[in-house]
Amino acid sequence: MRAYQDKKNVQAKAYYNDRFHVAPQIPKLDVSSDEIFAKDVEELKSAFSIEEAYIQRGQLVVYIDAKDIVKVMTFLRDSLSYNFLSELSAIDWLAKSGEFEIFYQMLSTSKRKRMRVKFFIKEKEEIQTVSNVYKSADWAEREMYDMFGVKILGHHYMKRILMPDDWHDHPLRKTYPLIGDEEAQWYEIDKIFGREYRDIIGPEERDSAKIVEKDTHNFARIKHEVPFGAEYSEKPIETDYQEEGGIPIVRKLSKSNVKILKERP
Amino acid sequence: MQKVNRLQPFFENLVFEREDNRMIVNFGPQHPSSHGQLRLVLELDGELVTKATPDVGYLHRGMEKMAENMIYNEFLPTTDRMDYIASTSNNYGFALAVEKLIDLDVPRRAKVIRMMLLELSRLTSHLFWIAAHALDVGAMTVFLYAFREREYAMDLFEDYCGARLTHSAVRIGGVPLDLPKGWTNSLMKFINEMPAAIETYEGLLDQNRIWKMRLEDVGVITPEMAQSWGCSGPMLRGSGIAWDIRKEEPYELYDEVEFDVPVSDRCDSYGRYKIHMQEMRESLKILKQLIPMYGETTPELMANAPKYISAPKEQVMTQNYSLMQHFVLVTQGMRPPVGEVYVVTESPKGELGFYINSQGDPYPYRLKLRAPSFWHTSILQELLPGQYLADVVTIIGNANIVFGEIDR
Repeated sequence: MRAYQDKKNVQAKAYYNDRFHVAPQIPKLDVSSDEIFAKDVEELKSAFSIEEAYIQRGQLVVYIDAKDIVKVMTFLRDSLSYNFLSELSAIDWLAKSGEFEIFYQMLSTSKRKRMRVKFFIKEKEEIQTVSNVYKSADWAEREMYDMFGVKILGHHYMKRILMPDDWHDHPLRKTYPLIGDEEAQWYEIDKIFGREYRDIIGPEERDSAKIVEKDTHNFARIKHEVPFGAEYSEKPIETDYQEEGGIPIVRKLSKSNVKILKERP
Repeated sequence: MQKVNRLQPFFENLVFEREDNRMIVNFGPQHPSSHGQLRLVLELDGELVTKATPDVGYLHRGMEKMAENMIYNEFLPTTDRMDYIASTSNNYGFALAVEKLIDLDVPRRAKVIRMMLLELSRLTSHLFWIAAHALDVGAMTVFLYAFREREYAMDLFEDYCGARLTHSAVRIGGVPLDLPKGWTNSLMKFINEMPAAIETYEGLLDQNRIWKMRLEDVGVITPEMAQSWGCSGPMLRGSGIAWDIRKEEPYELYDEVEFDVPVSDRCDSYGRYKIHMQEMRESLKILKQLIPMYGETTPELMANAPKYISAPKEQVMTQNYSLMQHFVLVTQGMRPPVGEVYVVTESPKGELGFYINSQGDPYPYRLKLRAPSFWHTSILQELLPGQYLADVVTIIGNANIVFGEIDR
C-alpha cells in the first residue's frame, strides 16, 4: 500500500529526519533591550491591544488584533513615523491551525528602524485594506489575494495580479502542488484551442524536467547522439556514461605525493 | 467586439471611439519599450493619458513556491533569474538573508570579493539602464557606447566565474573562488577607463535639447508619493530623500569604504538620470578602494561552520568526516534555526528584501521576495495619468523596471 501523504501540505519534505534533532530557535529579545522599540511598543500598547512583542535579529515584531489593522497602520505612519510599508504578505498555516499569518514589514527612515506587524486570521476571514494608508499596499494586497486567497475589503481593484483572472485556486497555498493541479494542466488547451481539443492534444506536460524523446522530430536527438562532426545515424545507441577502464579512485593518499597549491593557477 | 472580417480592418489592440477623441490603447506586453512583459491599458484623451492600468504576470514563474520546495543552496541559482541585468545582487541578497538566519560571519576576503561583484553589477545595471533608456527616448549613440563599456564589465565577470549574465558567483557562506591572477589589474584598467566613458554619455545627453525636453518635468514623483508607494533606490533618492541602505544599514564592508549618496530634489526623470550617472562614479570609487583592501586579506573564502557550510574542497576530498558532512549538506540541505528574518540590500534598482520564515526544516517555510521593480511598477497607475503617450515610454524606461523580478 502506498504510504499516506498529508493532503493539506503537499510541499517537498525532508527525506530524512533525525528524531532526536531539536531545531534551535533564533532568540527573541525583550522589547526593553532597545530604547526606540520600547518606546514604540509602549505607545502602541496605550492605544491598541498588543498580544506579543519581541525583537528578533534587530527587528521589532508586534502581534496585533486583526480588526485594528487600519488604525494601527495610520498610527504607525502619523505618530510613530514609520513612513514606508515595504512588504506585506501571508504565511499559510492552514494545515496546522486553519489560519493565515499576515505580516506587514515597516520601515522608518527617520529612526532607521524596521518592524513587522503581524496577526492571524481564519481561512475565510476578510481583512480591511491598508492601501488608503500606504498606497504601496495596493499591489501587495492584490498579490496576497492572488497567491493565498485572502479576501481584502475596501480595495479599489481587487483582482488577481500575477495569475490569469480565471485561474483556479491560489498557488502559494500549501495544498497547491508545485507543478500545478489538474485545472492548470488543461488551462492553456482550453484557452487556446477549446475544450473539445482536450482528447486530441492531451494534457499539458508541466514537469519541466521531463525528457521527451519521442517529440515529432526528436530535435534533441536523444539516444541518437553521435561524436562531433559524425553522420547522424538512425540506429539508437546505448550510452552508459562511464569512463573507459573504470572510474579513477585514489586509494592511497599520502602527504608526500600530493601537491598543495598556494593559489589558484 | 469587432468581427474578424477580411474586408474590414481588424484592430486587435485598438478601440476607436471617434465622437469624443477618446480611445483605449493596449501598450505591450510585447512592446520593445515596455522593458519586458509589461502590459499597460491606457485610456487616452487625444494623446493625454487619463487612466493607466498596468498589468503584470506574463513572466510569473512562481519563484516563491519553488523556494518552498528547494533546499537553500538549490534556490540560489534561481535568484539569478530575478533581476537578470545584475544577477549578483540577487544572489547576494539571498545569501545574506540565509547568513543572517543562521547567524554566520563571512571571511573578510569573501566580503571584499562580494563587494567588488556587487558594485560591478551595479555598474552593468546602470549602464544597461542608460543604454536602453536613451534608446527609448531616441538617442541611439549612447546605447552603442554604453553597451561597449558594459561588455568590459561582463568580461570581468566572465574572467571571475565563467558566466556573463547569470553569475551565481556568491554562495551562502562566502564565495566559491578566489580572484584569478591579474584580475585586479583588469579591474583597475576598467576603473580608469570608465570615468571618461561616463563623461561621454553625459556630454551626449546632459545639455542635449531633445533629452532635456523629454526628461525634464516628466514623471514627477513627489516625496510624499515616493514614500507612500514604497519607492526605493534611485526612485526614492530622485525625490530628495537620502536613503541608501548601504549607508544607513551597512552590510559587508560598506561602513569601511568612503562613498557619497547622490540625491536630487528635482523629483523628475532628469534628476533620476543624474543620480544614476553619479552612482556609477561612486561605484567606481568603492571599487578603487576595494583593490588594496583585497591585498590585505587572508585567503579564506568560505565561512567555517560545518553545520551549515561544506568544508573546503581539499578537506572534503581528504577527510572522512568533512566528506560525510558535505554529503549530508548536499543531499539533505542545511537546517537553519526556527525563526524569521527580513534582510534588505541596496540592489541597483532599490531595496531588495528577502523575508524567510524557517521552521527548522531544510526548506524555507515561506520565502517572500521583495523586488523593488514590483513597487516601482505599481506607482505607474498614479504617475501616468496627465502625461502624454510619448512620455509613457520615458517614464517606464526611467523607472528601471526588470520583469524578472516583478513577476518572479
